[in-house]
Amino acid sequence: MSVWIAIGATALGCYAAKLLGLSVPEGMLERPVVKRLVTLLPVALLAALTAQQTFSDGGALLLDAKAAGLGAAAVMLLLRAPFLVVIAAAVLVTAAVRALGWSA
Amino acid sequence: MTPVLEQKDDSQPPTSPHSTPGADDRAVVRDALGVGVAVGLSGFAFGVTAAGAGVSLPQTCALSLFVFTGASQFALVGALAAGASPLTAAAGAFFLGVRNAFYGLRLATLLRLPRAIRPLAAHMVIDETAAVTLAQRTRRGARIGFTVTGVTLFVLWNLTTLLGALGAGALGDTKTWGLDAAGPAVFLALLAPMLRTSAARATAALAVALGLGLLPVLPGGVPVLLAALAAPAVLLLRGRRERERGDEAGTGTKTGTETAPGTGTETATVTEKGEERR
Repeated sequence: MSVWIAIGATALGCYAAKLLGLSVPEGMLERPVVKRLVTLLPVALLAALTAQQTFSDGGALLLDAKAAGLGAAAVMLLLRAPFLVVIAAAVLVTAAVRALGWSA
Repeated sequence: MTPVLEQKDDSQPPTSPHSTPGADDRAVVRDALGVGVAVGLSGFAFGVTAAGAGVSLPQTCALSLFVFTGASQFALVGALAAGASPLTAAAGAFFLGVRNAFYGLRLATLLRLPRAIRPLAAHMVIDETAAVTLAQRTRRGARIGFTVTGVTLFVLWNLTTLLGALGAGALGDTKTWGLDAAGPAVFLALLAPMLRTSAARATAALAVALGLGLLPVLPGGVPVLLAALAAPAVLLLRGRRERERGDEAGTGTKTGTETAPGTGTETATVTEKGEERR
């Protein structure tokens, strides 16, 4: 049940954000401070999420094969590879490192 | 997926893509389909990840149908797996979704949608549709790009979510296949094109430090929300530094090359839509 609450809240919130953007009069979100904050907010969230999901397993920090996979993804991003190639590199390298028994 | 798209291209005479409105339209459709197909397929990774996090099949499909913004979905599922409370998890996912409001604002001026269509179109306002639409030069191109990308993505994202969630059981332990790396890789791929400004890089570094530092000591989902404070913190610090520099001109030794007076503010307002991801 609690998962459904989370899903409902996320769906409503995300839809409201999308609709708000299409509907508000231009001036409002165009204020420089708001604009910069809206630009930086996803940067902070994505950076924190990337780090947490790479270097943790639930509640504890750990270093495992995912770090190698994310390293591969970073290299692909530097090479300007397409989105799907970036994800595939992360998955394949992580799987390979685990298969070779280098890491948990 | 690209071979299919390229075959379609072969049927056209090798003229300049901008020679006629028809060719222009086709070029837009091709771009839109390319993005739609590529990203739609990563819905498979989402389905598998959600199943691995213990989210049920109907719940996983409901997320892709009704939330329909990938980063928020991955964040919610990850937070729930880490034991976050439902509202904490939803808050993290929501804050990630806030950026779509900003896309919507920019798309509104480009698309000039009739009021009646807005509620439906709003659901399609995400990273990928914004990237394709903002790259068009005409309103017609923008509308075609927005619609084709949005519809392609919606259909494929939901289809592949279902397949991923169904297939997760057959795959056994998703970790064996490295699929637990898909979520963070998606985040990284979305993040990378945003790191062009020094303000963005400072924000990211601070957020990583907060996110990892607080992870062992606070309940699941809360560290991410606190890490989001890196954004206002960096804005505040930079604002103050700029004012100080304004007061005592010529003492900008500690900041070096990145923030020459007057440039800090402009660079931070340059936004990015992840258009490299094609």
